[in-house]
Amino acid sequence: MTAHELIRSSAAEMAAKLASGEITSVELVQAHLDRIAAVDGGERGVNAFLHVNTEEALAVAADVDARRAAGEQLHELAGVPIAVKDLIVTKGQPTTAGSKILEGWMSPYDATVVKKLRAARMPILGKTNLDEFAMGSSTEHSAYGPTRNPWDLDRIPGGSGGGSAAAVAAFEAPLALGTDTGGSIRQPGAVTGTVGVKPTYGAVSRYGAIAMASSLDQIGPVSRTVLDSALLQEVIGGHDPFDSTSLTDPSTGLADAARLGNVAGMKIGIIKELHGEGYQAGVENRFNESLELLRGAGADIVEVSCPNFGYALGAYYLIMPSEASSNLAKFDGVRFGMRRLPAEGPLTIERVMGATRAAGFGDEVKRRIILGTYALSAGYYDAYYGSAQKVRTLIQRDFAAAFEQVDVLISPTAPTTAFKLGEKLNDPLAMYLNDVATIPANMAGVPGLTLPGGLAEEDGLPVGIQLLAPAREDARLYRVGAVLESLIEAQWGGPILDRAPSLVETVVEPVETLDYVETTAKEAN
Amino acid sequence: MAAINREQVAHLAQLAHIEMSDDELDRMANELAVIVDSVKSVSEAAGADVPATSHPIPLTNVMREDVVGHVLTAEEALSGAPDSADGRFKVPAILEES
Repeated sequence: MTAHELIRSSAAEMAAKLASGEITSVELVQAHLDRIAAVDGGERGVNAFLHVNTEEALAVAADVDARRAAGEQLHELAGVPIAVKDLIVTKGQPTTAGSKILEGWMSPYDATVVKKLRAARMPILGKTNLDEFAMGSSTEHSAYGPTRNPWDLDRIPGGSGGGSAAAVAAFEAPLALGTDTGGSIRQPGAVTGTVGVKPTYGAVSRYGAIAMASSLDQIGPVSRTVLDSALLQEVIGGHDPFDSTSLTDPSTGLADAARLGNVAGMKIGIIKELHGEGYQAGVENRFNESLELLRGAGADIVEVSCPNFGYALGAYYLIMPSEASSNLAKFDGVRFGMRRLPAEGPLTIERVMGATRAAGFGDEVKRRIILGTYALSAGYYDAYYGSAQKVRTLIQRDFAAAFEQVDVLISPTAPTTAFKLGEKLNDPLAMYLNDVATIPANMAGVPGLTLPGGLAEEDGLPVGIQLLAPAREDARLYRVGAVLESLIEAQWGGPILDRAPSLVETVVEPVETLDYVETTAKEAN
Repeated sequence: MAAINREQVAHLAQLAHIEMSDDELDRMANELAVIVDSVKSVSEAAGADVPATSHPIPLTNVMREDVVGHVLTAEEALSGAPDSADGRFKVPAILEES
């Protein structure tokens, strides 16, 4: 098997090859490091990675190979490499949150999910790019430059977890960790043709994820197949006493659900408010095809209404900035990260904070901090934050009513396919609208999964299909998701990612290629 | 609900400890006015009888045994600080001298 074929395998296939001795973990990790070196850097590179953890990843791989050779019983995913979103803290590697204010900062502790990856002996390839503090839907708000969409390097990979999604889509990693506050795992998954899951709120510990909005944030898996996400959620899930919002439910049965392979008799609800007007034609068409496929597999498709979802985006843009403004107060130039002294005037800690935060935060972060401070201020609290919390109750009631009628809900993940870099950067409101279909799940704490539903005919770019289940019923997403994935692959004659450009030709030395073409053209004249 | 103006943004920036230039204040006030306008409908969505939800999955009083758990050493805690001395964070003056 060539390195090219190897990196295109699923994580489950890689695990099987490691277990059978067909490949070693060192070979597997090296193949991914080579791929990262080939496609990630340079002017037109994918830029999915902010840090590559070469030495440690190879050392963990070598250790796995030695243990396996000695006959030790290892975790199923031992030796399968993974990338970690740079919002999640790691010992031995810098954590920036995509912000200048944390440039070069080294965490003195590991996030719980990272500890679990280490316990399963999964080599960590590095840290992936994101919108600063996970605030954005395009990765363009990263202080370290945008990530590019492997399907079209002039387009956004989604956000905030564009780095994790692009890394997996570009075969730089088979698996990655993401975080999802309003869609930051699912929307990048949709626009890069990959799979991403926001588990039930509390199903995966958030200890060590740098908090944006604590009542919404959730860590979850990013992968190329539904089964791979299930396997990864089983690794990272479960109770954690270090996170007081962590649920005590065990994270088992998810891979089994993905392997079940039938949806006959299941009731699946189309959310009336989350498709149609405002959704791109190709998105709507792929969505309708998915419904037909599920119907053909014996599922009962019905329409349900969630009338209060129309208020979700507005309520989200009050709750999220309010909590973010409070969570980001800790970046004050005292305990960690950057300290900037004021250019003139008296040198007091208050003025140092003002100068540090002015220099360290980007525009979108400042916008949300100011908006949150406004929504929480005396005289406005009831009208803004208080009202938004009531809307949250209404959204939960909509979900509860819907799940009395159906087992899972289905919608497009994002209203459009990937847009061009720069297209929405100066229009915050247009950017916010990308999350219109993903936000309700965060508001209610329910789990959501996105999987590729094919390509839109008008632009040839991937479309995401979103499944939603009641809280603590993550297994249903994997059951329905895996069936739909196999039906869509059968329809398209293979995985959707097989249709993505191979990148090596487009990324390596594009300027020289162009020169060459121009020269030959001139010579021909 | 009142729209957000430049003066308010300046006050909020001060509360949030973010220095802002005049240009930045102008830009921020314009952008925030549009955003605040778009979230207005939220205050009309729910009646007085609807309770607020602060947390998606209700949990109450999560306690643990009162024993020393995972803690950082002083050295680890100070390892990322811009400045420290004698095992403590070091900061410029807290109060302005008059």
